[in-house]
Amino acid sequence: MQQPLSTGHGAPLQNSSSAPEHHQQVPNKAPLAPTAGQYDFTYYQNDYQAPVHNIIRPSLCPTSSGSPQGPGQIYTTLPLGPSLIAPQGPNLIAARPQLDHIPQQAGYVPSGGYYPGQVSYNVPFQSTTQGVYPHSTTSVNNAHPGFSYHHAMPVSSTQYSVPLTSQTLHPASSQPLVGVLPSRVKPLPETRQRHTQASFQPYPAGNTGAAWQPLPEASVTTPTSPIVNPTVTSSSANSQTSTVPPLLMPHHVNQSYLPDRPNVATLPAVGAPHARRPPPSAHQPVSASASPAPASEAQEGVDTSSSSSSSTNTSLPNNYDALEGGSYQDSSSSATTVPAPSDPRSSMSTKPFGYAYPTLQPAYQNVASPSHSVRQPTGPGYSPGPQQFTRPFSSVNQLSSAMEGLTFQNRQAEALKQVSLLQERNILPPVPIQSPQSNLSPELQKLNCSPDLFRCTLMNIPQTQALLNKAKLPLGLLLHPFRDLTHLPVITSSTIVRCRSCRTYINPFVSFLDQRRWKCNLCYRVNDVPEEFMYNPLTRSYGEPHKRPEVQTATVEFIASSDYMLRPPQPAVYLFVFDVSHNAVESGYLNICCQSLLENFDKLPGDSRTRIGFISFDSTVHFFNLQEGLSQPQMLIVSDIEDIFIPTPDSLLVNLHESKELVKDLLKVLPTMFTSTRETHSALGPALQAAFKLMSATGGRISVFQTQLPSVGVGHLLSREDPNQRSTTKGVHHLGPATDFYKKLALDCSGQQVAVDLFLLSGQYTDMASLACMSKYSAGSIFYYPSFHHIHNPAQVEKFQKDLKRYLIRKIGFEAVMRIRCTKGLSIHTFHGNFFVRSTDLLSLANINPDSGFAVQMSIEESLVDTSIVCFQAALLYTSSKGERRIRVHTLCLPVVNSVADIYAGADVQAITCLLATMAVDRSVSSSLSDARDALINAVVDSFTAYRSTVSNLQQSVLVAPNSLRLFALYILALLKQQAFRTGTSTRLDERVFAMCEIKTQPLVHLMLMIHPNLYRIDNLTDEASIIVGDKMIPQPPILQLSAEKLSKEGAFLMDCGSVMYLWIGKNCNSSFISEVLGFSNYASMPQNMTQLPELNTTLSQRTNSFVSWLRDSRPFLSIIYVVKDDGPFKANFLQKLVEDRTESALSYYEFLLHIQQQISK
Amino acid sequence: MAFTFAAFCYMLSLVLCSSLICFAIWNIIAFDELRTDLRSPIDQCNPLHARERLRNIERICFLLRRLVLPEYSIHGLFCIMFLCAQEWLTLGLNIPLLFYNLWRYFHSPTDNNELMYDPATVMNDETLNYCQKEAWCKMSFYLMSFFYYLYWLMCGPQACEQTVGETRTSLPLSISIAHAPLATVVTVSWISRFLGSFRQTYLSDLVLPELIFYIEICSDSESK
Repeated sequence: MQQPLSTGHGAPLQNSSSAPEHHQQVPNKAPLAPTAGQYDFTYYQNDYQAPVHNIIRPSLCPTSSGSPQGPGQIYTTLPLGPSLIAPQGPNLIAARPQLDHIPQQAGYVPSGGYYPGQVSYNVPFQSTTQGVYPHSTTSVNNAHPGFSYHHAMPVSSTQYSVPLTSQTLHPASSQPLVGVLPSRVKPLPETRQRHTQASFQPYPAGNTGAAWQPLPEASVTTPTSPIVNPTVTSSSANSQTSTVPPLLMPHHVNQSYLPDRPNVATLPAVGAPHARRPPPSAHQPVSASASPAPASEAQEGVDTSSSSSSSTNTSLPNNYDALEGGSYQDSSSSATTVPAPSDPRSSMSTKPFGYAYPTLQPAYQNVASPSHSVRQPTGPGYSPGPQQFTRPFSSVNQLSSAMEGLTFQNRQAEALKQVSLLQERNILPPVPIQSPQSNLSPELQKLNCSPDLFRCTLMNIPQTQALLNKAKLPLGLLLHPFRDLTHLPVITSSTIVRCRSCRTYINPFVSFLDQRRWKCNLCYRVNDVPEEFMYNPLTRSYGEPHKRPEVQTATVEFIASSDYMLRPPQPAVYLFVFDVSHNAVESGYLNICCQSLLENFDKLPGDSRTRIGFISFDSTVHFFNLQEGLSQPQMLIVSDIEDIFIPTPDSLLVNLHESKELVKDLLKVLPTMFTSTRETHSALGPALQAAFKLMSATGGRISVFQTQLPSVGVGHLLSREDPNQRSTTKGVHHLGPATDFYKKLALDCSGQQVAVDLFLLSGQYTDMASLACMSKYSAGSIFYYPSFHHIHNPAQVEKFQKDLKRYLIRKIGFEAVMRIRCTKGLSIHTFHGNFFVRSTDLLSLANINPDSGFAVQMSIEESLVDTSIVCFQAALLYTSSKGERRIRVHTLCLPVVNSVADIYAGADVQAITCLLATMAVDRSVSSSLSDARDALINAVVDSFTAYRSTVSNLQQSVLVAPNSLRLFALYILALLKQQAFRTGTSTRLDERVFAMCEIKTQPLVHLMLMIHPNLYRIDNLTDEASIIVGDKMIPQPPILQLSAEKLSKEGAFLMDCGSVMYLWIGKNCNSSFISEVLGFSNYASMPQNMTQLPELNTTLSQRTNSFVSWLRDSRPFLSIIYVVKDDGPFKANFLQKLVEDRTESALSYYEFLLHIQQQISK
Repeated sequence: MAFTFAAFCYMLSLVLCSSLICFAIWNIIAFDELRTDLRSPIDQCNPLHARERLRNIERICFLLRRLVLPEYSIHGLFCIMFLCAQEWLTLGLNIPLLFYNLWRYFHSPTDNNELMYDPATVMNDETLNYCQKEAWCKMSFYLMSFFYYLYWLMCGPQACEQTVGETRTSLPLSISIAHAPLATVVTVSWISRFLGSFRQTYLSDLVLPELIFYIEICSDSESK
C-alpha cells in the first residue's frame, strides 16, 4: 500500500486530464460571460451582475479569462503574489483534505480498515501552509452507551406507579411499533405492557440486525486499493500544483473528483448512512448498543408495574414520542412512505440533516458506531476544509489522545486563516456549515450538549468584557430546548441532585472531589453526594457516582418529584376559537380545519383527563355545550360582547373521551353551520376574553383562527398599512402594536398558564403586529397563511393541512418555566423568543412546543481569569401531556480564552447571524427599521475592523476576515434582503411582521434557511454521493451560491428557503427532465403556477422526489414548492432570494463588500 | 424677607421637590422589588406562584406608569415657574432633565399612549438596570436641587438683597448650608440602608399592596 503514494505523484497529468470530462456533467460548466448574456430576465435587464464583474475582473485576475479551468475560478487565480494568497486561496482549502488522508490511507489501508481510526496526519504539505489540517481527532465512538436507567429503588417505583400506570399509549402510535418486529416482543403479564415493551424493542433490533449489520463487512471489504488510488493521486497532484498560481478552485475540484469518491460511487449503501448528520428531527442515529436488551430485562425484573415513561429512557426516543403523543417523525415517516416496517426507524436515524462534522458528534450518538465503522467521507472533493471530512473511526482510539494538542492548534489555525473576501469568489462551501469547534478537550467535547440544542455565538468565551468588546462580536446563546430528540435519557429518581446554593442540576462538567463530594461548576460550591446517587443502576454498581447518566450526558430529563409541584399537574386542555364571519367562511378554512381535527382526534397529546372545547365568533360569540349525555351539541350565542360572560361554565370544556361522539358530531356540523352567514364583523377581542375566562381555571392551549381585522368589541383594530408605502425606503411604521389589549390579555393568560396560538389566514391586512402580541407574551406560536383560499390557493391549503396536523399531534408541555444559569461572572441580560420574563433569569412559558427556539444575550460581569471553562445550563420544567412534571436539562461547556485570536477562531457565524437578527428585530420595533439595518451593517464593519487591527497583520487595503467569519458579510447581506428587514422592495406589513416573529422564535437551523436559502441544481441528480435513508437513495447535490450566475438556462434549480421552495426551470431545460420529473412534454406546456412535483415512475423523478421529500422531512412544517418559470408569477420572489445579486434597491454581494471596505478604511 | 415671586417659586419647588424625592425613592424600591424574587427556585417554578408574581409585576408596572406623569408635570411646573421668575441659572440646571423627560415620554415604542415600564419587557436585565440607574440618578439630582432651592430661598441673591443688616436669619442657615453636602451624603446612605432593611422585611407583603391599593382607589375615584 505504499503504492498509492508513489503512483500518486506520477498521476497528476492523468487526473487533470480527466477533469474536463467531468466538467461535461457538472452544472457550472457554462462560462460566465455566456451565462450572463443568456439571461433574458427582464428583471435584471441584462446588466444585473455582469458589469460589476467585468469591472473587477481585469484588475483582479488578468490571467483568468483565458484559463481553461472554467469561469468560476476567475477570482481565485490571483496575481497578487503567492505569499499573500497561499493561505487564503480556496485551492488550498480544496487540496488540503485530499492531502490529509494520504498518509492515512497509505499507512492504514493494509491494516484492513478503510479509514481505520484516529490517525495522525503528517502531511508533506505542512511546510507550505500554516500547518496541517487534520480533521478532528476526537474519538467519537464508545461515548455513552444509551442508558436505560431505571431506578431500582422500590420507593421511587411505587411512588410513581400510580400516575404512570394511568398513562395510556396512543393506540395509533403504538400499534405500528408493535408491528415492527413482533419477534422481539417479550411475553409480559399484561397486554398493555406488552405494547409498551414491544414498542421499545424494535428499535435496537431493527438497527443492529436488519439495517446495519451488513454494512461493516461491506465497508471493510470493498474499498480496495485501486479505488483508493485516484483520490490519492489527485490529491497529491494538487499538492504538487499548489504552488503554481492557476489552480483548481474548490468547486471544480469537486466536480473533477467526482469519480474519485470510490466508496460512494461503488458502494453507496455503505458510505451513505453515516456520512451525514441526521436531521433535526431524528437527530441522533439510534444508538443500538448492547445496553437496551439488558435494560429491558432489568425492567421486567425490577419494575413490573411498567413505568412506561421511565422505560422510555433507553435509547428509544421515538417510542417516547409516541407515548407523548406528537412528534413529527411520525408524520415524516408516513410522508416518506417507506414500506418496510423497520425502515421508518432507520430512516429516522439516518436521515441526515447536514454533513457529518466529525468532532461534533454528540457523544451519545456514537454508541452504535463501533460495531460498524463505516464513517466515510462523502466525497473528499466536496470539502473545502478538512473539517468536512467525516472522520472514520474504528476501535482504534489510542492515537486520539496523542493527537489532541496538534489538533487544537490546527483547528485554530484553520479557523483563523485569513480570507480575503474581495478575492474569494466562491466563498460558500458546497455542504451545509456546521458549528465550529471549541478549544475544549475531546473528553469534554464528547460530553457536550448537541449544537442543535444549545449553541453559543462564541465557542471560546473571552475572559473579560474588555476582551469581548475588543472582538466586537455579540455574545449569546441560541437554544432549542424542547426539540424532538431521538435519544433522551429519562431519569426517575426520588432525589434530583442539585447544587445547594445555586440550584444547578448535576451535570457532566462538575468535578468530583472524592467519592462523596462534588463541586458545582457554576458557583463552585462543594456539595455532598447523596447516598442514593452512589448507586448506579446502569451498571448496578455502588460507589461510582461519576458513572451515573446525569453525569454522563449533557441532555437529560428528570421526572420531578412532588417538590416541584404545588398543585397537581394540569391536564391537557385545548380550546379552539374559530372565526366564522363571512370572510372566514368564504376562505373555506373551517372545513379543512375541522377535517384535520377529526383525522387527528385520537392523536392529540394527552391522557384520560384531556379536555377540549370550541368557541366560534363573528359579531357575537358562540359557545358549544358538549356535556356528556346530550344528544347533539348545543350552540349558545352570547351577543353581549361588551361584557362577555360564560353561559354554562361547566359544560363547555369537556373530557375528550367522555364526549368524544359529541365533539365529532360538532366537528362534522360546524363547517356547514355558517355557510350562509352574512355577518362580516369580527369580535375577536370578546371571544378571546371568553376563552381566557374559560381556560383560566386549568391552563392549557387556546388556538385562535382569525381571517380578518377584528372590527367590533374590545381590541378592535383599524387598518394602519398604507399600500403605497410598501416599498418605501424611508422608514417602516406600525411595527409595534396598535393597542395593548392583546398584550395584556397575553400576560393574563401567561399568569394562568394559558398559551394562545394564532393562525392568521388572510388576504388583507390583519394587523399582525397587534395580534401577534397575544402569542408573543403567552409563549404561543404564530402561523400565517397569506391569501389563503380553499380553491384559489391550493398550495396554501396543503401547507395549512400539513402544518395543522403537525401542530395538533406534536408534543406539548404545559405550565413550563425555563431557567438559564451560567457560571459565576457571566450574566444574561436579554431574552428573545415567545415567553414572559418572570424574574431576571426565569422565563415563564405557558406552553412549550418542540418547534420554538430561544436566544439570549449575555455579558461578562466579572473577569473569568480564574477558570478555564464556563458552563451554561438550561433547565426546562414542564408538565407533559400525560400529567407528569418533568425537567429537561441541557448543559453546555465552553472554554475560556484570553486572546482575541482565539475568540475569532471560535466564532460561530450562523449563531452570530441569528442572534444579530433577533437583536435587529428588537431594534426595529423599539427604534426604527433603518436603525436596525445600520446596526447590522455596523456589526460586520466593527468586527472586521477589530479583526484587522488585532489579529491580522495585512496591509490596509485588503478586506480580510477570519475563516470562521468568512460568511459573515454574506449572511448579513442576506439578512438585509430578508423580508423582515428589506427596504425598497414591496413588502406587505403583515408579512414583514410575521418574518420578524419567525426570526424571534425559529430555531437556528430553520432560521438560517430563512435568511440564506440553499440552492441546488437538480436536473442532473445522480446517485453518486447520495445517502441512504431507509431504502431510498437521497442524492446530495452541492449547494450553489445564490447568484443568477450559477443558474443556467439548461438546468433546473431548487431553492430551499425553509418554509417555501422554488424550483426554477430554465428555458432550455433538458426536455427529459421536464417530461420525466414534471410530467410535461416541453417547457411551453408547463402551467404557470405549479405547486406540486408529480410522483412519476422514472428514475429521475424518484431521485428528485426523494431529495425534495428528504429536505421537507428535515423540518416540522411543510415547505410549499413553487415551480418557477421565466414568465411565471413566482419569478420575482425567486429572484429576490438570490442575495448575492444586485436588485434595483439593494447591493450585490461584491458591492456590499466594497461598501464594508470603505467603511472600514474610513 | 420680602416675599418675591422668586422666593415663592423656590418655596414651592422645595415642597414639590421633596415629593419628587419620594417618587424617586419609590421607583428605586419598585425596581429592586422587580429584580428580587424572594422565593426559593422551586417555589418560583410553581404555577401558583407564577400568577401571584405576575400580578405583582403588573401592579408595580401599573403604579410606575401612574407616577410617570405627575413626576414629569411637577418638574415641568418648576421649569415654567423659574422661567416666569427669570431665574435663568436654576432654569438652565433644570432644562436638561426636562428634555430628557420629554424624550422619554414621547419616545414610546408603541403607537398608543403606553409608556415605558411595560411588564412584558421590563424584566429584561438590561431594561431593569437602566431604569434603576435612572431612578438613582434622578434621586440624587432631586436631592441636590432640594438643597440648592433651600440655599436660594434662604440666602440667595434676592433674599440677601432684602435682608441686608438682618443677621437674625443668616447664621443658623449658613451653618445648615455649610453642612448641606454632608447632609446629602448622610441622607443618601440612610435611605439606602433603609431601603435594604425595608425591602427585606415587609415591602412586598405589606407596603406595596397597601400603596397600590391606595393608588388604585385614587385612580378609581378620579375616573368616576
